[in-house]
Amino acid sequence: MTSPFRTAEGGRIDRGTTLEFTFDGQTHTGHPGDTLASALLASGRHQVATSVKLGRPRGIAAAWAEDPGGLVQIEEPFPEPMLLATTVELHDGLVAHGLPGQGRLAEISDSARYDAVHHHVDVLVVGAGPAGLTAALTAARSGARVALVDEQSEAGGSLLGGTDRLDDAPALEWVAAAVAELAGHPEVLHLQRTTAFGSYDDGFVLALERRTDHLGTAAPRHVSRQRVWRLRARSVVVATGAHERPVVFADNDRPGTMLAGAARTFLHRYGVLPGRQAVVFTTNDSAYDAALDLHRAGVAVEAVVDARPAGSPRREECERAGIRVLSGAVVTATQGVERVTHALVAPFVDGQVGAGSAIACDLLLVSGGWNPAVHLFSQARGRLRYDEALGAFLPAEELDRLSVTGAAAGVLDLAGCLADGQRVARAALTALAVAPPGEDRLPTAPEPVVPAAPLVLWRVPDTSGADGNTSFVDLQRDATVADIARAVGAGLRSIEHIKRYTTIGTAHDQGKTSGVLASGITAELLGVPVQATGTTTFRPPYTPVAFAALAGRDRGRLFDPERVTSLHDWHVAAGAVFEDVGQWKRPRHYPRPGEDMETAVLRECAAARTGVGILDGSTLGKIDVQGPDAAVLLDRLYTNMMSSLKVGSVRYGVMCGVDGMVIDDGTVLRLAEDRFLLLTTTGGAAKVLDWMEEWAQTEWPDLRVHCTSVTEQWNTFPVVGPRSRDVIGALFPQVDVANEAFPFMTWRDTALDGVPVRLARISFSGELAFEVYVNPWYGVAVWERLLEAGRPYGITPYGTETMHVLRAEKGYPIIGQDTDGTVTPHDLGMAWAVSKKKPDFVGKRSFARQANQDPLRKQLVGLLPVDRRTVLPEGSQIVELHPDGQLPPPPVPMLGHVTSSYRSAELARPFALALVKGGRSRIGDTVHVPVNGTLVPAEVTGSVLVDPEGARRDG
Amino acid sequence: MNPRTPGADLPEHPDFLWRDPEPKRSYDVVIVGGGGHGLATAHYLAKNHGITNVAVLEKGWLGGGNMARNTTIIRSNYLWDESSAIYEASLKLWEGLEEDLGYPILFSQRGVLNLAHTLQDVRDSVRRVEANKLNGVDAEWLEPDEVRKVCPIVNTSTDIRYPVLGATYQPRAGIAKHDYVAWGFARRAHEAGIDLIQDCEVTGFATEGNRVTGVQTTRGTIAAGTVALCAAGHTSVLTDMLGIRVPVQSHPLQALVSELLEPVHPTVVMSNAVHVYVSQAHKGELVMGAGVDSYNGYGQRGAFHVIERQMAAAVELFPVFARAHLLRTWAGIVDTSPDASPIVGRTPYDNVYLNCGWGTGGFKATPGVGWALAHTIAHGEPHANVAPFTLDRFVTGALVDEHGAAAVAH
Repeated sequence: MTSPFRTAEGGRIDRGTTLEFTFDGQTHTGHPGDTLASALLASGRHQVATSVKLGRPRGIAAAWAEDPGGLVQIEEPFPEPMLLATTVELHDGLVAHGLPGQGRLAEISDSARYDAVHHHVDVLVVGAGPAGLTAALTAARSGARVALVDEQSEAGGSLLGGTDRLDDAPALEWVAAAVAELAGHPEVLHLQRTTAFGSYDDGFVLALERRTDHLGTAAPRHVSRQRVWRLRARSVVVATGAHERPVVFADNDRPGTMLAGAARTFLHRYGVLPGRQAVVFTTNDSAYDAALDLHRAGVAVEAVVDARPAGSPRREECERAGIRVLSGAVVTATQGVERVTHALVAPFVDGQVGAGSAIACDLLLVSGGWNPAVHLFSQARGRLRYDEALGAFLPAEELDRLSVTGAAAGVLDLAGCLADGQRVARAALTALAVAPPGEDRLPTAPEPVVPAAPLVLWRVPDTSGADGNTSFVDLQRDATVADIARAVGAGLRSIEHIKRYTTIGTAHDQGKTSGVLASGITAELLGVPVQATGTTTFRPPYTPVAFAALAGRDRGRLFDPERVTSLHDWHVAAGAVFEDVGQWKRPRHYPRPGEDMETAVLRECAAARTGVGILDGSTLGKIDVQGPDAAVLLDRLYTNMMSSLKVGSVRYGVMCGVDGMVIDDGTVLRLAEDRFLLLTTTGGAAKVLDWMEEWAQTEWPDLRVHCTSVTEQWNTFPVVGPRSRDVIGALFPQVDVANEAFPFMTWRDTALDGVPVRLARISFSGELAFEVYVNPWYGVAVWERLLEAGRPYGITPYGTETMHVLRAEKGYPIIGQDTDGTVTPHDLGMAWAVSKKKPDFVGKRSFARQANQDPLRKQLVGLLPVDRRTVLPEGSQIVELHPDGQLPPPPVPMLGHVTSSYRSAELARPFALALVKGGRSRIGDTVHVPVNGTLVPAEVTGSVLVDPEGARRDG
Repeated sequence: MNPRTPGADLPEHPDFLWRDPEPKRSYDVVIVGGGGHGLATAHYLAKNHGITNVAVLEKGWLGGGNMARNTTIIRSNYLWDESSAIYEASLKLWEGLEEDLGYPILFSQRGVLNLAHTLQDVRDSVRRVEANKLNGVDAEWLEPDEVRKVCPIVNTSTDIRYPVLGATYQPRAGIAKHDYVAWGFARRAHEAGIDLIQDCEVTGFATEGNRVTGVQTTRGTIAAGTVALCAAGHTSVLTDMLGIRVPVQSHPLQALVSELLEPVHPTVVMSNAVHVYVSQAHKGELVMGAGVDSYNGYGQRGAFHVIERQMAAAVELFPVFARAHLLRTWAGIVDTSPDASPIVGRTPYDNVYLNCGWGTGGFKATPGVGWALAHTIAHGEPHANVAPFTLDRFVTGALVDEHGAAAVAH
C-alpha cells in the first residue's frame, strides 16, 4: 500500500527509512517517528475499530492518549490488548488490528522483562512542553536535583504539533537546546516515553517508561521492556498540558471527525494530511491555526464554522487565504458511512439552530476549547474549580509540594506558558530553600493575536431527529446525550450516578474527552451551575499500565523469593521432598528408593523413637532480645514467667493475642541477665517480631529493650532419640552430657574444631534430644559431623512430616494447625503455661471473660479411629454419635474438627488430634467423623498418646 | 460487520429510580447511611414489616461508599455456623433478588474457587468444605486437575512459587453488578414512600437518657423513633458522637479494573496465599481486589505499592494477565472488627441499632443483613441471623473468628 496522504516534506519522521507493518491483514508502510495512527492516516485510513455496544465505525480522533476512537489489538511482536493507535510507535513487523470493543489476551506467557527503579529528586517536572521545559531548566540551573519525564518520544509537547517560533527561530530549536542543556547537568534525569500515571502524597509519583516497545522485534532481550519509576520529589511541577475538548453533535463519532489540534500534529509532526477536504468547527480561536496550516499544506478547507456570533479576530487571516468563515454557525451532524462525506452546517443564534446545508468534506475538525490535564493534581486530592471562561476545571488550591503550570493550569499561550513554568519552578525552589538561578533567560515568543473569548458549548441541539441518541459524549462506551438525559430523567443528580448510569468516563480513556462534557451537559439538563455538578474523581493510572509492568521483577522465582537453609543443597542431594512453610522450603521427608511418603515417615519415626534421628530445624524463627528490660517485655508478652528463668536455662513459652488466643509458641533461652534468645514457629517469625515491636514501640516505649531477628544467624539441628546422647557425647567429648550435668531444658556453649556451637536439651518429640546451634557458614560441616558420629547408631535425617507425627503422638500442638486463633492455652491443656503470679500480660484480661469459662469450649484431645485403619482426613468435622449411623438433615450440629492426623509407627495405628467441644469431658466417648459419605467412629482420648509419663525425655 | 457486539447484551436501566426529597421533620425510623445495607434495610422495612415512614440519610450519593467500590463477589462458604447462617440466608435472597427488585442486577452464579497453596491451606479448606456441607451450604473440594477444568487460566502447574494444591468450590457463588443492586433497593424503597436523602451528613444526635430523639444533620435536625447506623467505615465517627466505643478499625482497601477483554475467566478465583481475588465482569473487564493498607484512615485511596504487589500476585497465578492493563484503581474503607465478623444489633441506647464491622464481607451480605436488620428494628429484638454478632461479644468473649474465611487477611 502507498501513503497517498503523506506530505512531500516536513514532519519529524525519518523518510529515508521505510517500515512495513500489517493492519487488519493489509500491509502498509510508514517511517521511524510515525505512530500506528499517523501511518494509517498516511495511507488514507481513518476507521480502525468498531464500537463496543452499537458496532459503529470508530476512527482516529486525536493524536495522543486522549483519542477516544482508535483502539487496536497488537498481535506481533507479542499480543497486547487494547492500545491506542495514536500511542503505538511504528516499527518494522508490527501486526495489529482494530478492536470491536474488547481486547484479547495472549495465550502464551509474556517473557519480556519489566523492572522498577526508585529515584529521589528535589524537583520533578512532568511534561516537557514549553512550561515543563522552562521549569526543568530553571530548576536545573539552580543546581537542584531534577527529573523531567514526558510521555512522548521526544520533548516539545505542543510545540511538536505547531509552527511556533522562539527567539526568531523555530521553537523546536529552542527545545533541542534546552534538552542539550539539561543533558549537561549531572543532577538531571530526563526521560522521554515516560508517562507519569499516578500521583500520591508527599511528592510520590509513579511513571512508566516504555523502553523497547518502539524497537519492535529489534528490542534487545536484556533490556527491560518497560520500567516503573517510583519517583519521590520534594516538589512536583505538573506541566501536563491540556486536552482539546470536542463539541457533541449528531453522528459526531463518524470516522474523519477529529480534534483540530490533532490535525495540526499529524501535519507538522508526522507529515500526514488527515484529509483532502476539511470543515473546521470551533468555539474558540485555536482551531484557526489548524484551518490555516491545513490550507497551506494543500487541504481544501471548505469552511471554518465558528459558533460565536462575533467570530474571531483571525477571520480576516482566513479570508485572505480564501477560507470561508461562517460565524454564528454550528455543525449539527455528519453524513457518510464509514467516513465523513458531509458536515451539516446551520446558523446558531441564541442557542437555536436554524436551517442548515451540507458541506462536502472528508475531514471534520472540531474544537470546543481546552481541558487542562489536571489528572495528577486531582489524584493527589487537589480540589478543582470550574472556570466559566474556559469551560473547564482548574486547580482551585495550592498543594503542598505539588504545583501546576502552563496549559495544565489554564495558561494557553506560548509566552504565558514559558513565563509560568519559570515562575512556578522558582517558587518551588524557594519553598525548598534552594536559591533560584541568577541567569535564567526566557526565549522571546512573538506577540500573539489577542484571542476572542471562547464560547463554552457542550453540545449542538440535535435537529437530526435522533433525539440525542447519536450525539456521542463517550465514544468508547457508546454513551450519548440521550443517555445523560435518561439518567437525569430517572432522578439522578450526582455526576457519580450519571457516570455509572451512562458508563461515561469508565472506558479505556477514563473520560479524557468525555468527562467535562458529561459534567457540562448534566449541569445544563439539571439547570445548575457546572461547578455544582463537578467532576467524578480522578484516579490512577492516568493512562493504562500493563499488569506485568507493575509486577516488575516479582515474577516466577522472584515472586516472594524462596528461603532455604544452608543445608538446602544437601537436602536436595539426599532426595528430600520439600514442603512450603511460610516462605521456606523445608524437607518434608527423605524417601528412599521405592518408598512412598507413608513408608518413609514410618521409617523416620521409628528411627527417632528407637535410635536417633536428625532434623534441619533452622527455619524456626529466632529473635535476640537484649536490654535491661528484656525480661520485663517477655513477662508481658508470654503467658508464663520468663524473668525467673535462670541464665543457662530454657523455658517453653506461649504468646497470646489480646483476645487470649494463642498466637505463637516456642522455647526461650536465657543467655544473660539482659539477653534472651526466643524461638518462634517457622511461619510466625516475622509476625512475632512485628508483634513485639508494636508493643515495645507503641505501648511501652519506656522499656529499654531491643529485638533483632537472628533466624538466619543460626542453624538448628535437633538430634533426637534414645541414642542422641551417644552421638552428642561422641562429637563433643568436652561436654558432660550426663543428665545430671546437662539437664533437660538447659543449654551449654561449646565448640567443634574451634567453631562455636551451642547445645540445648530441648525436645519436641518426647524423646531424649539435643538441639545443636551453629553459625550457618559451618552448618553443612557440623551436620555432616553429626551424621558421621551418628552412623554407628543408624542416625536418620527426618523431615517435617515425621516431626509432626512425633510431636502429635506427644500431644504437642502446632500453632496454626492445631489452633486457629480461637484457642486458649487452657484449651490446649496448657494451663500450666499461664502464670498466676504475674500482675498482667497480653491476653490475661480476656481469660476472665464469660466465654472462657464455658465448659463446652473446644479442647485439644486425641482421637483413635475405632477401626484402627482409617486415617481421618485433617479438617474433617466431628459430629455427635448417631445411633442409626445416619446424619440428620442440615444444619448438623458439629462438635469440632480433626486438626492433625497420622499413622503412628509407635502405636501401630492411625491417630488424630482434634479440637472438640468439652473434649476433655468426653474422653472415653465415641464420636463420629463423616468421611466420604460414611461416619467413622473414633474414641476420644487424652492428647498425649505416647509416653504420657514423660519417662523418655532424659534417656 | 458482526451484528453481535460485546456490549449488546447489557440491560437498560428503568426510566425512573428515585425522588430527591427534602427531609421531613420526623420519621419513625432514620437509617444513617445510604449504602447497600441502609437501602436494603429500608426496602425490607417496607416490604416485610410495612414500615414506610422512614428516611435514609446519605452524606454523599446513594450507594457511593463501599457499595460502589467492592469487587462484587457473593458467596456463603464461611467457616462458622453463625457466619454461614447469615451469608447463606443472604445468598438465598440473592437468588430471588432480581425478581424482588424488578431490576436486572446481573447476578451471575458462576461459582467461586478458593485456592489452597500450602498443606495448611488444604487442611483449612477441607475443614471449611466439611463444615459447609453439614450446614447445608454447597461446597466441594477440588483437586488441581479439577480446578483447571473450572478455570483453565489458573496456573496449576507445579512450576510456580506456591503451586495450587486444590481449591474449595462453591458453585452457587458468583457476582452481581453492585451499582444496580443499590439502585434496585433504592428504587423499591422510594416506591414504598421512603425518603432517600442525599448530601445529608449527620453531625450529631439529640438524646434523652438512653434514647436518641433526633438526628442533627447538615440539612437540619430530624426527629427519629428508631435510628439504625449503617455507615460501614464511618461508623466510629457516628458512635463517637454517641459516646459509644466500637471496636472497629477503618482501613483503605483498594480494587482495580482492566480494560474490556474477550472472555477468559469463567468463574471467581480467590487465593489467600498468593493474594488474589478476581472475576471478569459482564462487559469484559477483570475486576480485582488488592490488599488492605495497614494504616487506619477514612481517605478513599490507598498506597500504590499495594497495587504493585497485587499485580505481581495476579500475574503469578494467571500468566495470561501479563499484558492486561490496569485502567483504574480506587479504594473503599473497610471497617474491620477484632474477630473479622460484623457487629449488628443493640447499643447502649434503647432505640439505636448498630450495623458495622463487615470488613470485606459487606456486599455479599447486603440482602441478608437488610432483611435481618429490618426485622430487628421492627421487632425490637435481634433477628436470629444477627443475634450472635452483638457488640457485647467483645466483653463476653463469644467471638466468631472468621479471619481464616475473609478474603483479605485483616
